[in-house]
Amino acid sequence: MSAPVAETAPLEHTPLHDLHLRLGATMVPFAGYAMPVQYPGGVLKEHLHTRAAAGLFDVSHMGQIALRADDPAEAARALEALVPADVIGLAPGRQRYGLLTDEAGGIRDDLMIAHLGDRLVLVVNAANKRADAAHLRAHLPAAITVDELDRGLLALQGPAAGAALAALAPATAEMRFMDVRRVEIAGAPCFVTRSGYTGEDGFEISTPRAATAAVAEALLAEPAVLPIGLGARDSLRLEAGLCLHGADIDATTSPVEAGLTFAVSSARRSGGARPGGFPGAARILTEIADGPARRRVGLLPEGRAPVRAGAPLFAGADDSAPAGRVTSGGFGPSRGAPVAMGYLPAALGEPGTRVFAELRGRRLPVMVAPLPFVPAGFKRG
Amino acid sequence: MLRFTEDHEWLRLEDGIATVGITAHAAEQLGDLVFVELPKVGARLTKGEPAAVVESVKAASDVYAPLDGEVTEVNGAAVDDPAGVGADPQGAGWLYRMRLSDPGAMDALMDAAAYDALDK
Repeated sequence: MSAPVAETAPLEHTPLHDLHLRLGATMVPFAGYAMPVQYPGGVLKEHLHTRAAAGLFDVSHMGQIALRADDPAEAARALEALVPADVIGLAPGRQRYGLLTDEAGGIRDDLMIAHLGDRLVLVVNAANKRADAAHLRAHLPAAITVDELDRGLLALQGPAAGAALAALAPATAEMRFMDVRRVEIAGAPCFVTRSGYTGEDGFEISTPRAATAAVAEALLAEPAVLPIGLGARDSLRLEAGLCLHGADIDATTSPVEAGLTFAVSSARRSGGARPGGFPGAARILTEIADGPARRRVGLLPEGRAPVRAGAPLFAGADDSAPAGRVTSGGFGPSRGAPVAMGYLPAALGEPGTRVFAELRGRRLPVMVAPLPFVPAGFKRG
Repeated sequence: MLRFTEDHEWLRLEDGIATVGITAHAAEQLGDLVFVELPKVGARLTKGEPAAVVESVKAASDVYAPLDGEVTEVNGAAVDDPAGVGADPQGAGWLYRMRLSDPGAMDALMDAAAYDALDK
């Protein structure tokens, strides 16, 4: 058996650290934080429970960054210089997925942009949050205040999430997918978005740091809600076909290659109201027009062996040069089978195309498949 | 004779044939298993080299050959039902059997008391 790697660097704690230990979590280092990878139930049960009922995730390690200006529209306009999303058109009380692109058309980070009325709040990946804040400060006008918020963040995900949160905050029952509301939960002023990263209906709940544990415990007191660790968070997002920055997307992948063209709003495309004007626009708009040379695809290994990140992909069983590689892969508990994502040349990217993954020196057949691997449960109506 | 390795495998020696599996401690650390790959019957194993693979939802782990030898039998039930390995890792969830090149090498491995005392 491979030995676990000893952790020596000091790790930051989220506001739920003591709660995780009390709940019996296995803690692991992740992006500089001690995080629960699983609770005693284990990854498989946690994954399936989230799809069947509701799971509570501590995502307080993620960055929450407020952008303020005398006029909030000024912050939206300024942010458009860094992301290809239509931020000006984002209404108060709404949220949108976005990308911080670079001059080469790569992806610095992916993020959520929420309009709280008097400010924008960005939720960014934990591993990138310091760099993102520095990037925003360096490139936004001085009139825009960039404030790294010291708040907790909880994700409540699954088909029973709506009823569980409504029991504590009835106003959230009316929220639709990507709505943003300020609500009081367990006596604490929170802001809530109807979104998440599991493919299920659910919410992300930003809490005052000191109130995070009380909000989490109030949610865990709901019978449908169990605590879920990072292990299941990863298998849930993989089945949902959602990208992990640093694995499926990074500075070497463009939004179009990654299948994230929807994050380039129509207003920002050629022929739109404000075409271009974001880093990497030349490459990204060209790829939208002409198609990318390679694409992120879903992959279903034909056998039972999970094919994991880093595995090279080949067009033929005997080819010597790889055509692409797997960027995320593992076992999909809801599919009951291995699932993966990776990049392939556009010509090999059509669902139904058979390629080969190299695993422990052997070539295993893998079928290109549509994403997501499980149907999304978002509350769009 | 039951022996253990620092890599969390166990071996039970009977008539020169060792039955090999992962320890209860290893199974607990791995969590629910979703895939098991075993060596082929007849494969010659070298101590410390990967002999089998067990995978949970989140990771693949090599199971190293505890000693030199030749595989004589594999547990097909472990492949068909990986979860069963986790349920009874030191019994029905055995992985493979091997004829040891040097049965005397068992003596250098840990007994149950020494393994239990190991700082895991």
